[in-house]
Amino acid sequence: MYLTPFQTVAIILAVAAGTQITRWLPFWLFPEKKDPPAVVLYLGRVLPAAVMGLLVVYCLKNVSWTAAPHGPPELLSIAAVAVLHRWKGNVLLSIAGGTALYMLLVQAVFV
Amino acid sequence: METVNRRRTAVKAAFPATVPVMTGFLALGVAYGILMRTNGYGPLWSTLMSAIGFGGSMQYVAITLLVTAFDPLQAFLLALMVNARHIFYGLSLLDKYKGLGKARFFMVFALCDETFSLVSTLEPPEGVERKDFYFWITLLDYLYWVGGTALGGLLGRFITVDTTGLDFALTALFVVLFLEQWKKPENRPFGLIGLGCAGAILAVFGADNLVIPAMALILAVLLGGRKRLCT
Repeated sequence: MYLTPFQTVAIILAVAAGTQITRWLPFWLFPEKKDPPAVVLYLGRVLPAAVMGLLVVYCLKNVSWTAAPHGPPELLSIAAVAVLHRWKGNVLLSIAGGTALYMLLVQAVFV
Repeated sequence: METVNRRRTAVKAAFPATVPVMTGFLALGVAYGILMRTNGYGPLWSTLMSAIGFGGSMQYVAITLLVTAFDPLQAFLLALMVNARHIFYGLSLLDKYKGLGKARFFMVFALCDETFSLVSTLEPPEGVERKDFYFWITLLDYLYWVGGTALGGLLGRFITVDTTGLDFALTALFVVLFLEQWKKPENRPFGLIGLGCAGAILAVFGADNLVIPAMALILAVLLGGRKRLCT
């Protein structure tokens, strides 16, 4: 351990405090009893779809597109997820199939 | 007896939805426990961080804060910035999380990317209370992460199976939930806005400065195009 136990607890609490503010802020700004403004309702309705797009990009942010293998394990596996999901429409199957393919690709093919 | 039955139905409905998160969180949680250990912080510390700090990518970032000069203010500010995306989640759940009573405290406390994705995309099956369904998704996801961390800290040295790439389960989960949102034609422009804005910011600013600029651009496009998008 680099820090003392007291300092470590302080860092944990600081991380927790910063994180919790981001989780509670909207609920503080727009309490249950009051109706939020129309623009907030609009954002609440459309943000989930936009956030899924953001999260997909977020997961791929450290993939290197300029160095070999230029992202193929990720692209191939995402394509597999999409095809499986289109074909069978089973969430678990799509995710398991894509993940198995990805593990195979990074462990045995693109090493 | 009735409450026991109600709980059982809710867990039965919530568990299958969380299996992909279980896969990803166990893999990443174990890896986190091991990484903390190699930096001199045993299972007690890593589990405490996961239980109280609960924020996957932030906890990885926080490791660097545990091995340099003591600076809690920087830890606080970094957590605010890395996790700013949670503000979008709360905004989207204002309506869904109304009238949940005491359960809401935990559901907001533990609102992570994966739980948000499931809760915002899935509806409870018939016969299951919404509140119970969303509560159990939240609790199970939380337990996977904390449990995975403890496991990694305790048994990390004995795990010999090559799990490289197992964390792709979370990427696959987001892709599937993106496609689930895509099923509703009225959601498609917004899904494309999310992908496009985040992709453009990634190309311009790079991986280290993705979240806040991408959020700002998404907000600007959504608000600026509100009249045209809201048909």
